[in-house]
Amino acid sequence: MAFEYAPAPESRAIVDLKSSYGLFIGGDFVDGSGHAFKSVSPATEEVLAEIAEATANDVDTAVAAARRAYTRTWSKTSGAERSKYLFRIARIIQERSRELAVLESLDNGKPIRESRDVDIPLVAAYFFYYAGWADKLEYALPHRRGATTTPRPLGVAGQIIPWNFPLLMLAWKIAPALAAGNTVVLKPAETTSLTALLFAEICQQADLPAGVVNIITGAGETGRALVGHPDVDKVAFTGSTEVGKAIGRTVAGTRKSVTLELGGKAANIVFDDAPIDQAVEGIVNGIFFNQGHVCCAGSRLLVQESVYDDVLARLKRRMATLRVGDPLDKNTDVGAINSSEQLARIRELSAVGEAEGAERWSPPCELPDRGFWFAPTIFTGVSQAHRIAREEIFGPVLSILTFRTPAEAVEKANNTPFGLSAGVWTDKGSRILWMANQLRAGVVWANTFNRFDPTSPFGGYKESGYGREGGRHGLEAYLAE
Amino acid sequence: MVSPVLTSSDVLDGAASSPAALRRFLHGLPGVDQVGCEARAATLSTRSIKTTSKAWALDLAVSMIDLTTLEGQDTIGKVRALCAKAKRPDPEDPSCPRVAAICVYPDMVATAKAALGSSGVHVASVATAFPSGRSTLDVKLQDTEDAVAAGADEIDMVIDRGAFLSGDFSRVFDEIVAVKQVCRRSTGQDAHLKVIMEAGELVTYDNVRRASWLSMLAGADFIKTSTGKVQPAATMPVTLIMLEAVRDFREATGRMVGVKPAGGISTSKDAIKYLVMVNETAGDDWLDPEWFRFGASRLLNDLLMQRTKMTTGRYSGPDYFTLD
Repeated sequence: MAFEYAPAPESRAIVDLKSSYGLFIGGDFVDGSGHAFKSVSPATEEVLAEIAEATANDVDTAVAAARRAYTRTWSKTSGAERSKYLFRIARIIQERSRELAVLESLDNGKPIRESRDVDIPLVAAYFFYYAGWADKLEYALPHRRGATTTPRPLGVAGQIIPWNFPLLMLAWKIAPALAAGNTVVLKPAETTSLTALLFAEICQQADLPAGVVNIITGAGETGRALVGHPDVDKVAFTGSTEVGKAIGRTVAGTRKSVTLELGGKAANIVFDDAPIDQAVEGIVNGIFFNQGHVCCAGSRLLVQESVYDDVLARLKRRMATLRVGDPLDKNTDVGAINSSEQLARIRELSAVGEAEGAERWSPPCELPDRGFWFAPTIFTGVSQAHRIAREEIFGPVLSILTFRTPAEAVEKANNTPFGLSAGVWTDKGSRILWMANQLRAGVVWANTFNRFDPTSPFGGYKESGYGREGGRHGLEAYLAE
Repeated sequence: MVSPVLTSSDVLDGAASSPAALRRFLHGLPGVDQVGCEARAATLSTRSIKTTSKAWALDLAVSMIDLTTLEGQDTIGKVRALCAKAKRPDPEDPSCPRVAAICVYPDMVATAKAALGSSGVHVASVATAFPSGRSTLDVKLQDTEDAVAAGADEIDMVIDRGAFLSGDFSRVFDEIVAVKQVCRRSTGQDAHLKVIMEAGELVTYDNVRRASWLSMLAGADFIKTSTGKVQPAATMPVTLIMLEAVRDFREATGRMVGVKPAGGISTSKDAIKYLVMVNETAGDDWLDPEWFRFGASRLLNDLLMQRTKMTTGRYSGPDYFTLD
């Protein structure tokens, strides 16, 4: 008897989509002066709305609005008051969580199960967490213990976020910035502007003083104008290493401070004494969560040779149960690839993997005709020399390698220009601690993967960027002595 | 160290060849990470089962119920009433499937057997000094023998949790083997043996996994979570561990073993979560009353209510469904 799950679509009715959206500057929605562009649903290629493009002039207006709000209002607002606004925003996010989740899944292509159970709850959690810090900043920087002054905000922050976790990345940027007393100009990725614009409405609903949060939309040009703007005090970027490097060059020699959270090629390391069933879940969650559009994805699986066959057999069996399809169906596990550009890149690198001699496998799975789709894929017989073991694919593609000893696992895990995250699976506590000390990665998960918490700092080594977001550490990036 | 999935059955034969070998085997099973296991169970419970799938699942769940009464106050009258309910759970709807079995104490087996006749509903009897299992082997075997002699189709035995927790795995093993012997009939119509772990007393998931393998190695036809007399009884994570165990056991030996969560499953919503878990863990071969059961009493009426709601579009009150 086969148990077929009937379609269980989450209703779109809760979302009130407008046909076009402007820029959110100085507390109001205003027209952009660039060429408006379309935001499409990656699952269907349906046009969702027209989005304004911010030109250099618009960026200038937005930064001026943020500066004005900083000077006149926000820098004079007490920590306790800022805290109240952030708590209010957090609560509105919870109240409107269904609406935000549906919109996020529509615009990004991620399954509603994830936007509903992971993204949006975390968004609220980050605002709640940093709301609590706003009036306790004198405790935020431990090396200043004993100082009698409160650390100062930096001023105006220019923030650029990626398309993989649109609203969550917004929360990681805006919540600590506002708690520390900065005002912000934030640019969402051009393919996923909609939840940021809904967040702008939430700022209005929360009566946040005008100009404290400004949302400008657009692509690379808009981002460059924001990063290069002379009145921006702080640049925070999450995205590709390539763009991160360009930003580094732009701000070099200026007074701006910068944090960059870039790419990754994380090793997920499974030892022979691992809790195997949970490790398989962790492997699946590590690479197929959010279609693998995760900078800290466990995209390189390192399995101890003695359990390789067993782990591989279990992984394949598990992958056959993954449900790929309509992001708004509550039973979907893997949704759509965010854009045709990204799909092309995933296809290209997968072809390279095959050409290099790795063996490709996907479970039988029917993909929808329209939209951007890629079946969950694993490559076996991968070696460190293969491009699919070195380059970030940013899709549901896992490269599987083996190792014999803990030292070899560490060596292979660290043998990458990236260093954002790593996972260790073993029942042996001492080995977890030893591995965590050896791995050059900002986050090391033990017997779990892709777990996020507002209290925990997150950030990279090497080409994965610098600076930390989350936790007390996340405030440092927005405070001066 | 033996890794179960890819070992041949000869290796498993050796697993119980001596107390030391058994201990080595059970301690060589991969560990269970508690957080990960509970997270997986929680994710599976978010599946949304609607419309036709729901109707299908509700009927399947009804057909998987071991309708249970295990009370000191059980009487012949009570058991007969329960049997009537088992045969025709919804008197107003002949399309409603019958339940899988009636589960009673050994002294009620004959009554149940007579009441159920040729309906196809099985009679399951608890045995072996249920629920604590604290008696001599002789008494436990006699208890089982009585139930088998009275015509029980299925025996639900309890393991000796004391022996298990003190590390005496072979004692637990031998006892299951002995009970299994008593379940045999000269006619070949052996009583099926369900082995109850009482997970609430084993406490850790590692223990549940070991007890599951131990029981299967000793010949269990079914592994069952709980007696229903100890809290917590059936939980999603414990059942998940057992489903993984039967799945891996079949991979290793080719033999299929059933799973029965019992105690505390009282709503249709919960039952459907379990079916989803069966489907995505052990696979659809187990979606059959032959291989998966719910030990429950209150669950049936909730399933009937949901069934009626699916066909009429309205909820009706409890007075429209029979007390057993």
